[in-house]
Amino acid sequence: MPWIDACATDDIETEDLIRFDHDGRTFAIYRSPDDEFFCTDGLCTHEQVHLADGLVMDYEIECPKHNATFDYRTGEAKRAPACVNLNTYPVRTEGGRVLIEV
Amino acid sequence: MTGIVIVGAGECGTRAALSAREAGFEGAITLFGQEGGMPYERPPLSKSDAGAVVRRAICTEDTLDKAGIEYRQNIAVTAISPETSRLSLSDGSDASYTRLLLATGASPRLLDCIGSEHAQVLRSYEDARAIFSKAVTGKSAVIIGAGLIGLELAASLRKLGMSACVLELGPRALGRAVPEILANRLVLRHRAEGVNFRFNCQIDAIASDHILLAGGECLPADLIIAAIGVTPETELARQAGLDCNNGICVDDQLRSSAPDIFAAGDCAALRRPDGTIQRFETWRNARDQGDLAGRNLAGAEARFSALPWFWSDQYDLGLQVVGDVSGAPSARRTISPDNDILFWLDADGRLIGAAGLGTGRSAAKDIALAERLIEAGVSSSSEVLSDCTHNLKFLLKCAKAA
Ligand SMILES: Cc1cc2nc3c(=O)[nH]c(=O)nc-3n(C[C@H](O)[C@H](O)[C@H](O)COP(=O)(O)OP(=O)(O)OC[C@H]3O[C@@H](n4cnc5c(N)ncnc54)[C@H](O)[C@@H]3O)c2cc1C
Ligand code: FES
Repeated sequence: MPWIDACATDDIETEDLIRFDHDGRTFAIYRSPDDEFFCTDGLCTHEQVHLADGLVMDYEIECPKHNATFDYRTGEAKRAPACVNLNTYPVRTEGGRVLIEV
Repeated sequence: MTGIVIVGAGECGTRAALSAREAGFEGAITLFGQEGGMPYERPPLSKSDAGAVVRRAICTEDTLDKAGIEYRQNIAVTAISPETSRLSLSDGSDASYTRLLLATGASPRLLDCIGSEHAQVLRSYEDARAIFSKAVTGKSAVIIGAGLIGLELAASLRKLGMSACVLELGPRALGRAVPEILANRLVLRHRAEGVNFRFNCQIDAIASDHILLAGGECLPADLIIAAIGVTPETELARQAGLDCNNGICVDDQLRSSAPDIFAAGDCAALRRPDGTIQRFETWRNARDQGDLAGRNLAGAEARFSALPWFWSDQYDLGLQVVGDVSGAPSARRTISPDNDILFWLDADGRLIGAAGLGTGRSAAKDIALAERLIEAGVSSSSEVLSDCTHNLKFLLKCAKAA
């Protein structure tokens, strides 16, 4: 699968996320408290709301709609109402850019 | 049958069953639901603006199977005997329990005027189907009650092309739960969408196709809905001799006045350690109390301390409220012309509540942060909270570092 240049590392604040759209699909790209980068599907598995408006605390993203939480490193659904995990995608950084394999 | 028995397969009962298993309980868990089909979420029922009513399952059959939960649908528990730990069931059989949870929810309040049976209520999937099957473009709906469900219905029915008129006994909309500034913004939006409001409006009688108001005026209507609040389902508990007071009384471990019987969700009246009694009618409370009740049924002694939190969706506006928002707000943060966050501080300057209204999910992150600031007992000031340049996450980090 191809690596896609998604954004600059500086586009995402520490312990935050941004939305990234590519080829008709939408993703969420995260920067962890220790400045690692991760990527999941963009939409919550409960009601397909975008996670980009949600809150990142440590390694969890809280959905902005009904506060389901997911571990964005593994995609694991941690709290109801979500019961289906998020897909995750490989990420690497190169020369100040964030690349995702989707 | 012994082990854990749960009465009511709504949000709270279903969550409690799963949580008891997650907590490591190894005995039998039985979930009784008088409605048929898989347990489902109620909030989408009033937000059916696409026409089709959504029946969103809380979990799959497979999830219940894997957790070893026996779900007995279409069966009501008709009596409880705390002395013998036995239950009577609507199919004529009986059952016993080691520990029992009452998660019986609430039922819509009924109007007490002549012809009140002509007003539809909304609590179940079947209710929603009955209402939305009459949602025909060009026809008229009259909604009695300007509470959250009434206003969500007004928005949904307008989007489906019905005219909508909301009648409210009180002087304003959303009187009980929503701060006035935000309630007014919502009403303005409804008016811009063509919804009519009548406040201080008293109803004399209802017929199949019209409503008679106290002044003598007659309002024709193709669809009449009463959304005037709910009463907790306490009948079973009262018959069993449990203490009830606008809900089944429970302590902060969600235990009722009878040993081995717990209550949680919309039906439970929680007595706080300071003596105040609180009953919640929100989705998240049902989830959180269900979660905690499940753990305590499994043998834990956890205490309930979650903050109240709820949301509402009307048109493209999202409302979120957390904590104690009674009285006048202490600060207002205007993030954009259509996104306001209000904050409440107590006498010592500690943050105790926040409410936000904005398009889409624009208020969500600040409310999520406010919730954590409240939990952390952080003090702030009106100046800081009103000023958008003060980042709430930064405040939280500073408080945690201190
Ligand atoms: C239309 C609508 C929209 C809503 N929207 C929102 C929203 O936007 N945000 C929000 O925060 N909250 C919302 N709520 C509130 C939220 O849905 C409730 O707080 C929540 O459903 C309460 O869950 P519960 O399990 O305590 O009770 P319930 O959901 O009422 O479940 C109780 C269940 O127990 C069953 N039962 C009762 N007695 C017996 C018996 N004797 N034997 C067997 N079964 C029994 C009932 O039939 C029912 O299925 C909404 C509610 C409605 C109706
Ligand atoms: S849409 Fe994410 S929790 Fe409901």
